[in-house]
Amino acid sequence: MKKILSSKLIWVVVAVLAFSIILAGCGQENRVTLKVYNWGEYMDKSVIDDFEKEYGIRVIYTTYATNEDMYVSMKHGGSNYDVAFPSDYMISRMINEDMLHKIDISNIPNYKYIDDTFKNLPFDPDNEYSVPYMWGTLGIVYNKTMVDDPVEGWDILWNEKYSKQILMLDSQRDSIGLTLQMLGYSMNSRNIDELEKAKEKLMEQKSLVLAYVGDEVKDKMVGGEAALAVVWSGDAVAMKWENPDLEYVLPKEGGNLWFDSAVIPKTSQHKEEAELFINYLCETEIALRNTEYIGYSTPHTEAMKMLDEELLSDSTAYPSDEEIADSEVFEDLSDTLDVYNRIWTEIKAK
Amino acid sequence: MKKSWVAYPYVVWMIMFIVVPLILIIFYGTVRTTPQGMEFTLEHFKRFFEPLYIMVLVRSLYLAFICTIVCLLLGYPVSMILASKEYRDKKILIFLMVIPMWMNFLLRTYAWLTLLEKNGIINTLISFIGLPKMDLLYNQWAVVLGMVYNFLPFMVLPIYSVLIKIDKSIIEAAEDLGANSRTVFRKVIFPLSLPGVVSGITMVFMPAVTTFVISRLLGGGQFLLIGNLIEELFLKSGEWGFGSALSIIMMILILFSMAIMSRYEKENEGGGLL
Repeated sequence: MKKILSSKLIWVVVAVLAFSIILAGCGQENRVTLKVYNWGEYMDKSVIDDFEKEYGIRVIYTTYATNEDMYVSMKHGGSNYDVAFPSDYMISRMINEDMLHKIDISNIPNYKYIDDTFKNLPFDPDNEYSVPYMWGTLGIVYNKTMVDDPVEGWDILWNEKYSKQILMLDSQRDSIGLTLQMLGYSMNSRNIDELEKAKEKLMEQKSLVLAYVGDEVKDKMVGGEAALAVVWSGDAVAMKWENPDLEYVLPKEGGNLWFDSAVIPKTSQHKEEAELFINYLCETEIALRNTEYIGYSTPHTEAMKMLDEELLSDSTAYPSDEEIADSEVFEDLSDTLDVYNRIWTEIKAK
Repeated sequence: MKKSWVAYPYVVWMIMFIVVPLILIIFYGTVRTTPQGMEFTLEHFKRFFEPLYIMVLVRSLYLAFICTIVCLLLGYPVSMILASKEYRDKKILIFLMVIPMWMNFLLRTYAWLTLLEKNGIINTLISFIGLPKMDLLYNQWAVVLGMVYNFLPFMVLPIYSVLIKIDKSIIEAAEDLGANSRTVFRKVIFPLSLPGVVSGITMVFMPAVTTFVISRLLGGGQFLLIGNLIEELFLKSGEWGFGSALSIIMMILILFSMAIMSRYEKENEGGGLL
């Protein structure tokens, strides 16, 4: 009996070992592997191939749809990404929670090309943790053939004339934020009364909304499936290329101004290679390629000079200082986040 | 003795991928972190009984129920036809039924996304014959359509496999005794096929009640189902405790309905044989 028992045990042990060897085998390779975690459709893939060829580093590229997705998979998911591209408020949250490595700027010589306006921003006042990648605004894109009212402010999204022709973003900070701003409050409100009012407004709007979407918004607007949509400016640029009937408006209330920057999470085991990658992204030619590919606005001075005149003069991508004077930047609201979560669930569950 | 050794890899597999995750879910669902450390709590389960979440559950059950009924109404005749004398040798038909299942479920759902669009193929055809375009996408019926489309084979196949095994001599006996075709169906075929119907219902209802991709894509994020809620809690807001509690509640519901179903199945098997 004893013998049988011990041989059973051996089998179990062997099986478990075999499993762990198989699992561990996935990570075993001589080349360094860099895990890059980025927004969907946010980089020219050939840039990654070129980086791999030039430095002999393997890149595993995965994407996410919202800052919250990225945060949760980093915080709880046991992931070990080396480079990610969170936005402003998420960067300050990650700094506060000690989730980011300090970036050694001396390893990123190309940092000198980054325009000074994108340095020393409130979420990273000493430029220790982040290197700007792209920036833009949040506004409204509309189809000129379908909307005959002037599109000026967020309130057009509540116009019953466009019932079932409005696409909202499935992103709680953006959707609640724009409602707060329309009501005359700050996009970063922590005030429960104000948030409650925003919730009522969004509830009211739900019957007019065609769908709460993510990246599909581009296809839907280009294909003329909806009249109005809340989008990020860079997406609007790309949409306008494909459908000239579309126009982007930064709402008169100010809209939202945002910055996506490259960061190195604490879980990274290849900090130097990650810095190499970030530096590579800041090379003029590479920054230009990415900017031209995705349509977002670059903070890179040299790449900007080489951009098409037409794009540079387009205020969708490069609004003037006056235009963004009233725009708000999101702040980290970790302490009120459960209120935001709750409101967003209530709206979507209605 | 030797034979049972072969089962050990599976035991290990099950421990790693079923038992351990289950324990983790129960752990997360019943624990909360306080500044002092972890403590046992049932607050996540209590939270589920707020009207907001009950409403989400009711909507999931409602849509899954409609989907199951539609699948049954569509699937039973199809199974009858496939199992009938004229077609039972034409394996190609069953093959055609199964082929879509080989393609990724997500791709099939995405395909509906473009088919149902305002300027999509279906609406183009509708306007071609002179009818006004319709809003096909982003409503409850689009979600139900997606569910029915994806889960219909799970209804057809079990019913078909039961129907094809029915002893023809029983049907002939009924006919010899003067039963017309309607009576034969009502008194013989249908009761004998009930086990297939029950497993079909189970196999359609379970995935339908827990789906989140279909409601997300075809419902445009407006029809929050319990699956979507669990997804958001885990992936967006990071509230694993409540998400785990919801998953446990879902599992209990499924086990519960399976228990009812299997009891029903047994009773009828006995009845059918009489």
